[in-house]
Amino acid sequence: MIVVESLCKNFDDFFAVKDVSFQVGKGQVLGLLGPNGAGKSTTMRMLTGFINPTSGHAKICGHSILQEKEKAQSHIGYVPENAPLYDDMDVREFLEFIYDLRGLPREQKVSRVEEILKLCVIEDVESQKIETLSKGYKRRVSLAQALIHNPDVLILDEPTDGLDPNQKHEVRKVIKNLAKEKTIVISTHILEEVDAVCDRAIIMAQGKICFDGTPASLKAQSPTGRLDDVFRSITMQKEALC
Amino acid sequence: MLSPQFKALYKKEFQSFFKTPLGYVFLVIFLFGLGYMTFEPGRGSFFLLREASLRAFFEYVPWMFIFLVPAVSMKLWADERKRGTVELLFSMPVTVKVAVLAKFFAAWTFVGLALSLTFPMIITVLILGRPDMKIIFLGHISSMFLAGAMLSVGGFFSAMTKNQVVSFILSVATCFILLMADSPPVLELVGTFAPKYFLNIFESLSLQGHFESMGKGVIRLSDLCYYAIMISFWTFSSIVLLNENKSE
Ligand SMILES: Nc1ncnc2c1ncn2[C@@H]1O[C@H](COP(=O)(O)OP(=O)(O)O)[C@@H](O)[C@H]1O
Ligand SMILES: [Mg+2]
Repeated sequence: MIVVESLCKNFDDFFAVKDVSFQVGKGQVLGLLGPNGAGKSTTMRMLTGFINPTSGHAKICGHSILQEKEKAQSHIGYVPENAPLYDDMDVREFLEFIYDLRGLPREQKVSRVEEILKLCVIEDVESQKIETLSKGYKRRVSLAQALIHNPDVLILDEPTDGLDPNQKHEVRKVIKNLAKEKTIVISTHILEEVDAVCDRAIIMAQGKICFDGTPASLKAQSPTGRLDDVFRSITMQKEALC
Repeated sequence: MLSPQFKALYKKEFQSFFKTPLGYVFLVIFLFGLGYMTFEPGRGSFFLLREASLRAFFEYVPWMFIFLVPAVSMKLWADERKRGTVELLFSMPVTVKVAVLAKFFAAWTFVGLALSLTFPMIITVLILGRPDMKIIFLGHISSMFLAGAMLSVGGFFSAMTKNQVVSFILSVATCFILLMADSPPVLELVGTFAPKYFLNIFESLSLQGHFESMGKGVIRLSDLCYYAIMISFWTFSSIVLLNENKSE
């Protein structure tokens, strides 16, 4: 579903992402872990076509993000970091706008928006202005926006960041429900999240991949069996090397 | 050209003017300001001219535009980049070109709406006498082109910075220089560092000159080309610029 081959991104002479390669199959939930500034968001932005890689290549459902960018993008649903939304629109209006922007068939618009409002549990705020919503609702609206075209690939950049424990639980529940039929890449620096939703973890530090495996095998690396310790030791090692 | 992306974005951008006070403030100040200046019982105004024409009206159009048009264009991209929604927008199958054009035409339509709401002026002169409708019509066309040129300048500066105020000030300054390019003070200023032949080119870039020439009732190909080149140049520059800096 997602094939990434030695993706690199420089900002001037600073390497934000360096030689990142991985593949994700259908039904997999990949957790992209790493400390702040590791290059998670930059990697995701390249996958979604928002920025172009300096070098390297990626394919989404067989479509190149360089040569067939629009085709690749139509297979992706994306929740950017901090879930930016058009604040002055109301929820239904916003979702209808995204629906149109994606060029989906007009006839099903009303029913599809209805469906997605239900799926993301935002029916009771459908005519509220987005700027007046709470953080948890905003996150769900952003998730709804990413799901409206029923994409094969979901890319979620820190979808639970800044939410309270209940809201985190809600968002994770939605993600878990989606996991069966979609390919999901989710970035986080919260380790419990990997345990909760992912079946594969990649740890990044300073733009490079320094671990790729299942959460279980990650835990096995630590004598204490705690994810925190492994995470610390792996990312610190990397930083020491650089 | 009229892809679903263009239509959706155009519609949303146009409607967004009425979601904030900006649109209404613009309309009120534009209509009131133009109305007042046209009928103000002072210098060279409507009543002193003693003729059924909108000459007084069109004289003030550029001066209303110079502050109000950059106010319309300042948020086009600056706001989007500041709030991060630009990332949402360009992770959809939307090209920068389509997005820039959709926003530009939405803003242009909005200014067109404002201009069309000055129709009572036309009714007034129609009641008072027998105005030359061709001149009035061409005056409006000319005003629209002027607005388009200024919007494309404003769109460029909005794409350049995340700060709406900075974008506003840069647009007003640039529009002012372009408007006054054939006036002695600006020419003198440019003359201090530019060679003579450049001065001639610069003088011919004056928005005011082209605006007035069409307002006299003749459509000249050179005026049309001027506006077309002006709008294309700034719009194309916006596209290039956004491709570079949309992610910063
Ligand atoms: N547009 C940009 N210009 C310059 N540096 C950037 C830009 N975007 C990100 N960076 C840098 O790239 C590095 C990785 O950033 P990011 O991918 O956002 O990290 P993460 O999401 O893992 O916290 C950071 O050091 C950040 O400062
Ligand atoms: Mg990030």
